[in-house]
Parts: sequence; structure tokens; C-alpha cells
Amino acid sequence: MSRVGQSMPRLEVRAKVTGRADYTHHLHLPGMLHGKVFRATVPHGRIRSLDTAAARAVPGVHRVITGADIQKLIPQPYYGPAFHDQPILAIDKVCHVGEPVAVVLASDPHVADQAVQAISAEYDELPAVYDEVAAMAPDIVVHDTLKPAGTFADLKHLKGRSGTNVALDYHLRRGDVDAAMARADRVIEHTFKTQQCLHLPFEPFVSVAEPGDGVLTIHTASQTPSFVRTEIARLFGWPENRVRVKVPHLGGGFGAKVYVKLEALVAALALMVRRPVKIALTMEEQFYVITKHPTTFRIKSGVGNDGRVTARACEVFWNGGAYADIGPRVTQKSGFTAPGPYDIDNIRIDSYALYTNRTPAGALRGFGIPQLVWAYESHTDLIARELGIDPVEFRRKNILREGRPQASGTAMADAAIAEVLEAIAARMRWNAPFDRGAGTIRRGRGVAIGFKASISPTTSVAIVNVSADGSTTLYTSTVDMGQGSDTAFAQIVAQVLDIDAEDVRIVHPDTDVTPYDMGTLGSRSLFHMGNAVRLAAEDARGKLRALAAAAGLPEGTNYPPADVFKKRYGMQAGNVIGTATFVPTYTSPDAQTGLSDNVTPFWMIGGAGVEVEVDTETGAVRVTRLINAADCGKPINPGVARTQLSGAAIMQLGFTLSEIMLLDGGQVTNASLADYKIPGIRDIPPMENELVEAEQHSGPFGAKGLGESGTFGVSPAIANAIDDAVGVRITELPITAEAVLRALRQQQGRPLEDE
Amino acid sequence: MSPRTINFTLNGQPVSTAIEPHRNLVELLQRFDLFGARESCGQGLCGCCTVLVDDVAVSGCLYFGVWVDGKTVSTVEHLDADGTLSPVQQAFIDAGAFQCGFCTPGFVLMAHQLLKQNPNPSDDDIKHYLAGNLCRCAAYPEIIEAVKLAAKAVT
Repeated sequence: MSRVGQSMPRLEVRAKVTGRADYTHHLHLPGMLHGKVFRATVPHGRIRSLDTAAARAVPGVHRVITGADIQKLIPQPYYGPAFHDQPILAIDKVCHVGEPVAVVLASDPHVADQAVQAISAEYDELPAVYDEVAAMAPDIVVHDTLKPAGTFADLKHLKGRSGTNVALDYHLRRGDVDAAMARADRVIEHTFKTQQCLHLPFEPFVSVAEPGDGVLTIHTASQTPSFVRTEIARLFGWPENRVRVKVPHLGGGFGAKVYVKLEALVAALALMVRRPVKIALTMEEQFYVITKHPTTFRIKSGVGNDGRVTARACEVFWNGGAYADIGPRVTQKSGFTAPGPYDIDNIRIDSYALYTNRTPAGALRGFGIPQLVWAYESHTDLIARELGIDPVEFRRKNILREGRPQASGTAMADAAIAEVLEAIAARMRWNAPFDRGAGTIRRGRGVAIGFKASISPTTSVAIVNVSADGSTTLYTSTVDMGQGSDTAFAQIVAQVLDIDAEDVRIVHPDTDVTPYDMGTLGSRSLFHMGNAVRLAAEDARGKLRALAAAAGLPEGTNYPPADVFKKRYGMQAGNVIGTATFVPTYTSPDAQTGLSDNVTPFWMIGGAGVEVEVDTETGAVRVTRLINAADCGKPINPGVARTQLSGAAIMQLGFTLSEIMLLDGGQVTNASLADYKIPGIRDIPPMENELVEAEQHSGPFGAKGLGESGTFGVSPAIANAIDDAVGVRITELPITAEAVLRALRQQQGRPLEDE
Repeated sequence: MSPRTINFTLNGQPVSTAIEPHRNLVELLQRFDLFGARESCGQGLCGCCTVLVDDVAVSGCLYFGVWVDGKTVSTVEHLDADGTLSPVQQAFIDAGAFQCGFCTPGFVLMAHQLLKQNPNPSDDDIKHYLAGNLCRCAAYPEIIEAVKLAAKAVT
């Protein structure tokens, strides 16, 4: 009997090891056309001409569609979760290299591909801006006017604003920073940067639209089927029930497949040609869809000689690329945790979401948190070093303890920050002697901890259906992309209804059938949908009891559900439907101060401890030990939870040591797995993964989300360990051998020449 | 390009089909409703499209379909043809050696090849042999564990 708290294999294991799991990637429909995208070759420019005649003449081409064609169907074809800024196909101008400009449709994808090569476009190039700090100046403006979506009340004041690249600015003021800085024994300031990198799910973006009688079905590799339905209905001016969104298994997501990506395009195309249309991107094309925000973070602290941080000022610039996607939410939601998990009385935060002429940036496993932790945990280590205090001891002095208010003013609750730090320190035997290496191989170690607020406001709905034979089916719009949500939910249902988790059937998202869920993102599913699933199962349990009473069975008897149905209806008939909606309480941050007394339904805590070897002759860094620890409350499935922690940490290891999207004049120069290096099996250091004992009292059976926590500490822990080993500080990701060697040579007073 | 008729053995069955010379092996297999070999990186770097041709692992995305004419092709789907999982497949389940599952068939096939050549591989042997397969969910520690479990089960 697999229930809550037990490790069990994922429900879908057999389908996955036999190659029979269904992915949108495999879908083929009768009469289906394949679309291939013609993309912009300039980073910023007005479209002077677009010639599709030669493409249309390629034998086998069904149709070529441009932005102007789309506008005939949808006059305002702009979409996006925070801003309605992204055209389905470019209209008049392009804002980043790779932006979709036209689509060729053909029964044979090779024909469509070949015809795309025959399209030509000319542009009047405009000056482009790539750097987030440079984009603060209004010299080069990506969009003429800002177009916030109505979805978020706090963006409405930005409507129609022009002459700026600032999509959102978030400010928090707490205490008196200037006075505290003036009184502080020392004021320490640093700037940290992160690079543009990306999700690269191995099932690249793919969507299929299938027109039907009064309904348009979209089969898509999406993390947000409910949002896709709402947004497509909005674009067409339809009621939601005319759009059906179906999501089978997902071949990875990591935040790439949230909101609308290809769905609006295939929907419009399918309606125009009245045939099913599929667009499946290549790995290369993924470099032009969505990325992780590059950032510049200026952080300044006022510190006493006693090792207490009394003031902190944070300025964070988020490079959102050409379209806002969910960047403004990243700017605000992550912004208020920018000072780190420390108890600081005086805080100032200024966080800016900026448009630039790069591939758009969205959420990538951490919703901006890894960029922030990189800065504040590197900064924290540098302060400790300057004060001559042990870095773990320095953190202990300043850490946010249970019940203390975080920067936003919300009190910390069920947040095992100290426990995570202590678990890492204990595993590292922090106070024991450490072999520091010799000669050209020097050893060092470092720690880092980070935290994240969960998303809110947010709504999750679940349906539990008990059939007449007692078998149980769960309907949710949560997408299992490998994180194990199907299995965890089955365990929750099983726990409530006293059945086997293996016997619970999960219906995958199909908006005709499965109820609303905000989205599978930000580690929210286990907490938010998990609570909804638990409540829906409890509702079903209550209704089963009522059914038993109606059947004349005495209260408290333990009849199997099948017998209850039979007794009540005289045969194997009927259903019991349990439903629940979970909406956590939330207080929106004050527009002036950025403060809120209830800013998150729960806190996620993650940290890392790292040992490294640095080769002083080459700058090569080898991670020889990686400890990941996180507070996930009481895990529903400890085995799967540990693999989430491990997988997140390895992904972040790639973002730390090797992954960077290289640009030359706005062109991506390494858009392939050959030149963009993700971690392989030989890049994995010895790892230990620890789920710190804790409980989230408001979570389902004490659990909380975990998918991102493993990313938080990895990057700064490595930089801190390198500093510990060789005394140089890397302030920009990724930490390549070249970067370390340059820093070492600088330190030795014989800097390397530039290329 | 006009189609060419090819004859080959697919998962133990003789088959015949006509296919244009520019289509790759992944596309050819899709015509037989076999979707376990998946094109992902398109450059032979990720291993998601791994297929055995005359018992040699090839990248289906870089291998033309017509090249299998007269050859024997085995895909991940042949491993449980009798309804029973292979020891490698069972070990992947027991070790929790995947998350999204998209790359899993490639790893499973390569693990089979490895164990055929080296029934008792060390961690280094496993890492070396599987270096051509990538997993974005990064289930690598569990994959190494799975191969070791499978080795134990087979011997």
C-alpha cells in the first residue's frame, strides 16, 4: 500500500522505459499540415519588404502566412501573460533575431522547411540594445508604447507609457537605509552579473491545433493548459468552452513551456486553412523562444564590526529581452527576496524589468531566485571575509529566524533556513581540518543558502471521481513533466480514501474535462494543487459516507465503496464526485512601500555546500563534492523528492560552469548542443542530497514544493569555494576556466591580454 | 525525391516500405508507429534517437532511412516484445532513473549494449559508454545506479 510519505516509483514508469509514453511530439492527425517558421535575421528593424512568392511556388506548399494575414483573422494579435506585447507573427517591425515573421504550411515538413529558405525579407535596421543597464536609458526603445495585459491590476498604470524600456519597476522601502549606512562601521558594495542561458527541454516546443465543429482543440507541450485556453479564447473573442487544450506527457519544461508559446500561432493557422496544423521546433529554434533573464545586481550592505548586517540596498536589473513574457512578475516576486534570508532592519530594493533586443526571457527553475542568490550569497561571503568572520558563523549571526519579518514584512513561518544551513555545515564537517591542496592544485569549500516565496494569488481546482466499483480517478490540469506530480497526487488521494496509490488513475490535462489550474510552475503544484486534491478527496469521502447513510447502512460501518453503490442503486451504478478549489490568502504588496504582511503561502529554502579543486595553471575548476539540502516540508514521496533536488542542482551546475548563450550583434552564435554545453554524465560531481526534516503546516500532509530549491545555492557556493581555494572572486556567470585564469593572473599582477 | 522500396527486419519481423532517400531513420520508424526513438537535438549529440542497426547503436536523426535496406533494426519497443520488461528497463524503474522520460529509450538501449559488451562495468565504464546520451532532467546519478542494478540482475 503506497501512501503519503512513502517512496514509490512514478505511476507512468512502464510507459516511459518502453518508449510508449505519449508526447505531443508524436501526434499525427489525418490531413495535418506542418508549419515551418521564417525568422528575423536582424535584432531590431522595420520590415521594409517580405517576399513569399518563391516559397509559395515550391511544389507541395499549401500556404504561406504572414503577420498581415494573421491580422485579417485577429485584428489585435498580441499576447502575453503580463503585457499584450508579442505578435503571433511580426507586424511592421521585429525586435529580436529569430522572431517569427512568416510560416510555410505543407503536408511534408521537409517541403515546408525548403520553402522557408525561399522567403526573403528586407529590414530598415534600427539601433539595438542588449544590455539591461544600458536599456535603463531611453536612447533606444524596443517598444513604442507599453501594453500591459488586464490580468494584473498592479500593471494597469503602465498602460500607454512610452519612451521607456522599463516594463515594471518594483520598489521596497523598509526602515531608514541611508541613516543606517551612515552609522555602520563598514559599507560594502559589489556588483554581480548573470548570463543568458536557457531551458532546452529535450522535447522541443510543439503544438498542434485541430479545428472542429464549434471547438478548436489544441494539443500542446504546455505547462499551463488553463492559461492557454483563456488566452486563445481572448485572442479570438470566444467563450472559453470553444477552446479545448490537451496536454499528454511533457518531455521537460523547466519553465519554458508556460503561458503561450506556439499555441496562438497554430490556432490561427488551423482556423485559416481549416485543417490540423502542427509546429514542432528544432533544438536550434528553442534559442529564439524563451531564455533565463541575464541580470545585473548592485548590492550594498552596512555592517557592524560585530558581524551584524544593519542595512542593505539592492538594485536589480532584469534583462527581459524583446517581449515581457512573465518577466515583470519575476521582477516583483523575486525582487522582494533580493536581500537574502537575513534579518536586516533597513532595506531598500529597486528591481527593474527591462526590454532589450534579445530573445525574450521568462521563468527558469527558480523564477529569478538563482540570479539573486548568486549575488547575495557571493556578497555575504565577501563581507564575512572582510570582517574576518567564518562564513557559516556570519550567516548564523544574521539569518532570518522563525517568526521574524522578512524584507516584505511577512513573518517567516515553516521556513527551515537555519536547519538547511546547519545540515550542510554538518555534512561538510565545517569545523574539522580541511585539506587545502598543494602546488598547482588548490582546494577550497563554500556554502550558500537561498529562499523563495511561492506564487499568489493563485487558484487550483481538483475533481476526484469514485466509480461504482470503487475505483478512483483524479482530474486536474497539473502537467506532469517529470517532477512526479501525478504520483504525489495519487498518494494524497490514496491516503484520504484508504486505497492504493497505484490504483488511482490520473486524467491528464484536457480542459474539456479537467478543471482550472493556474499552471505547473514555480514549484506550486504540490502545495496548491496538492491541497485541492486533498480537499477534493475528503469531499468524496464525505459523499461516500452520505451515500452509505442513504443506503440505510449504519454510521461507522466499513463497507467497501462498491458495496455502498450496489446497495444504494441496486446494481453497479452511479458516481461520487468530490471537488475542491484551493485559494490561499494573500495581501498584495503596497504600491508605495512594496510591503505586505502576507506575501506568500509558503517559503522554499534550499542551499548547497561545495568542495572544489582549482588548477592554478589553467583556471580549471573541478567540483569534488556537492551537497544539496532543502526544506520540502514533509515529503509525500521522498525518493522522487530527492531526484528533484539532485536534478535541479545539476541543471544549476550547468548554468554555473558552462552554459551561456553567446551573442554577436544580436545573433546567437552557439544555438546547438554542440556549442552550448549542458551537463553530461561525466560532469556530475559526487553528490549528497538531503531533505531537511520540517513541516509545512498549511501544506497537504505537511508538504511543500521542491522543484526549484536545488538550484538556489549551487552557483555562489562554487564561487565562494573558489575564493576559499585561490583567493580570487568571480562575479559573473558562467565560471569558466578562462574566467578563473584571468582572475588568477590579475591577482598575480600579470593579467592575460584580451583576445 | 522519389521513394525507394526497402526491405529490412524490424524488431524481428520482415518488413517492406517505400521511402524517400532524404528521410531519416526516426521518420521511417514513425511510419511503423514506433515513437521510442525521438529526434531532439538533430545533431547526433543527445542520444534520444538511438536505434540498433545490425546490433550497432546509431543516431536515428543522422541515419538515412534507406540505409537500413537489407539490415536488422531494433528499437526500444523490441525489449518488452513478450510483455515482460527487460532487466535494464526494470532497473531503470527501480533506481528511478528518469524524470520526463523523453531521453529514456536511448539510455535504455545503450545500457543494453554496454552490458552485452561488459557485463560488470565500473562507474567510469558506465560514464564513458553513456557519454553520448544527454538527460536534461539530469537523472545521471540514478542512471548509473540503474546500470549497476541491471548488471547484478543479469549476472
